[in-house]
Amino acid sequence: MASIEARGLRKAYGSKVALDGIDLRVEEGRILGIVGPNGAGKTTALNAILGLTPYQGELRVLGRDPWTERDRLMRDVSFIADVAVLPRWLRVSQALDYVEGVHPRFDRAKAESFLAKTTIEHTSKVRELSKGMVAQLHLALVMAIDAKLLVLDEPTLGLDILYRKQFYDSLLNDYFDRNRTIVVTTHQVDEIQDVLTDLMFLHRGRIVLHCSMEEFESRYVEVMVNPEHVAAARALKPIHERQVFARSVLLFDRVDRQQLAALGEVRRPSVADLFVAVMGTFVSNPVGQTKGVAP
Amino acid sequence: MNTQSDVLPESSRESLAIAAAEIPLTRRMYWGLRRELWENRAIYIAPLAAAAVALLGFLLTLAHLPARMRRASTLGPMELHKLVAQPFDAAASLLMATCLFVAFFYCLEALQRERRDRSILFWKSLPVSDLTTVAAKASIPFVVLPMLVFAINFATQFLMLLLSGAVLAASGLGAARYWDQVSLFPMSLLLLYHIVTVHLLWSAPVYGWLLLISAWARRAAFLWAVLPPLAIGALEKLLFNTAHFAAFLGQFLSGNGSEAFATPHSMPTDPLTHVTPIRFLTTPGLWLGLAVTAACLAAAVRLRRYREPN
Repeated sequence: MASIEARGLRKAYGSKVALDGIDLRVEEGRILGIVGPNGAGKTTALNAILGLTPYQGELRVLGRDPWTERDRLMRDVSFIADVAVLPRWLRVSQALDYVEGVHPRFDRAKAESFLAKTTIEHTSKVRELSKGMVAQLHLALVMAIDAKLLVLDEPTLGLDILYRKQFYDSLLNDYFDRNRTIVVTTHQVDEIQDVLTDLMFLHRGRIVLHCSMEEFESRYVEVMVNPEHVAAARALKPIHERQVFARSVLLFDRVDRQQLAALGEVRRPSVADLFVAVMGTFVSNPVGQTKGVAP
Repeated sequence: MNTQSDVLPESSRESLAIAAAEIPLTRRMYWGLRRELWENRAIYIAPLAAAAVALLGFLLTLAHLPARMRRASTLGPMELHKLVAQPFDAAASLLMATCLFVAFFYCLEALQRERRDRSILFWKSLPVSDLTTVAAKASIPFVVLPMLVFAINFATQFLMLLLSGAVLAASGLGAARYWDQVSLFPMSLLLLYHIVTVHLLWSAPVYGWLLLISAWARRAAFLWAVLPPLAIGALEKLLFNTAHFAAFLGQFLSGNGSEAFATPHSMPTDPLTHVTPIRFLTTPGLWLGLAVTAACLAAAVRLRRYREPN
């Protein structure tokens, strides 16, 4: 069953189009990373999925219409919308009490055991915790909810690298299983590259790339080209070229690996490099005329 | 990849799934109220503080009580009643005024603050509908505060009676003559009637309006709540040199539910025979006000649903 299914999902604020008719299908058990520049429509898409904003087009989340059935849907969906949305006056014990009180799928013992691994005190107020601790608290609350879909919108923004690493480690080791689906947006793409099963690039309200990570790894190859082969390599139509330590690094889409290996050192590209390459083609070409990158 | 993924053994996960069936509305409302009381402790601290002030003031006058009662032996029953009942009325008035202030500022903040600090994104991530949330918030001015005033007032006046009785007994005068003038239960019932009719039912549209503004305004809810009515009143005065709108608003704001009592502006210690519930309930203005309240609350629910998180 598809966790999320959208057809022609559209949202405009006045004359500004935030989502321009998106078709999307996320299967159960996937971890989808949505990457896009600021204003690409990531948060709008997530808000629509979470029933926080009305939209045009068709959208089903776990078989429900999120806009009309938000409160019912939230029994099976968890989300962390931002690092700093826990109210500052809330005590840790009150947060546990409240979620236990209103959420039928919240397992308090589980949340307590997550918190026991941190230095967070039950009597502390959110305003007394550091940013990293607030993120830990929110994650402990969310991971103790037996949800089918977890949505994370920049969950680690502004946290230092130790907290960010810990955040995704806990998520993978203690939370994720094949019955759950996770959708995450972040600017720190490279850090979650190994976490994802699926990748999506959004640009100006449109999907410009959507593929599985297996597909990503088989399609895209990066070559640090030996100086004498640069001309030959360019002839194979790389989608992006950059200079590293005065050597050319070229990114290819669907080009034979054997052929490339002869030109230089073949590497797995990072998602960030691909992102720069794909966004580069969009900046240099008018929107709508770009071909060859989108699947 | 996920070697320790199943922290929960299968059996407990199943039992969790069974328990996950339904959370009753009453429980969601209860936790909604708990949340409001955690966030806005003034709801109970302010009336308790007012009661403490009233009690302290009363304690200070107790020293002169025996002397005043001796002098009062020459007074007629009306004057005696006034002398004895006056501190009790003052305590009740102080409490009610405090709660009106608390209700006013609570309503203005109730639906705005969660958007301002973005915590609405946390509250909306939980399975609680906008209707339940607004209902919990509205029940603070409509249910919780009136009940608190009644209970705290009853306790305060009970303490005042005990204290004055003790002082009079110690001075050898005896408390009987004093206690005759104050009948706690009818007095409290009358206060309850006053609270329900004047502060709750009659003033309901004021709270409805404040909650609506709170759900609508991005900032400066106080100005949005107060200035437009003032502007309309001023415009009417300028254009027609009349003050119908001001008078219309005034009757809701002043808590002037004069239809509820035979004597206008009656004090809570007036005998119960002065109440006129039938006349009050058949006043068209009351029902008009309640209809406006319902419309305001419905709009507030809709606004909470539609307002973008940021």
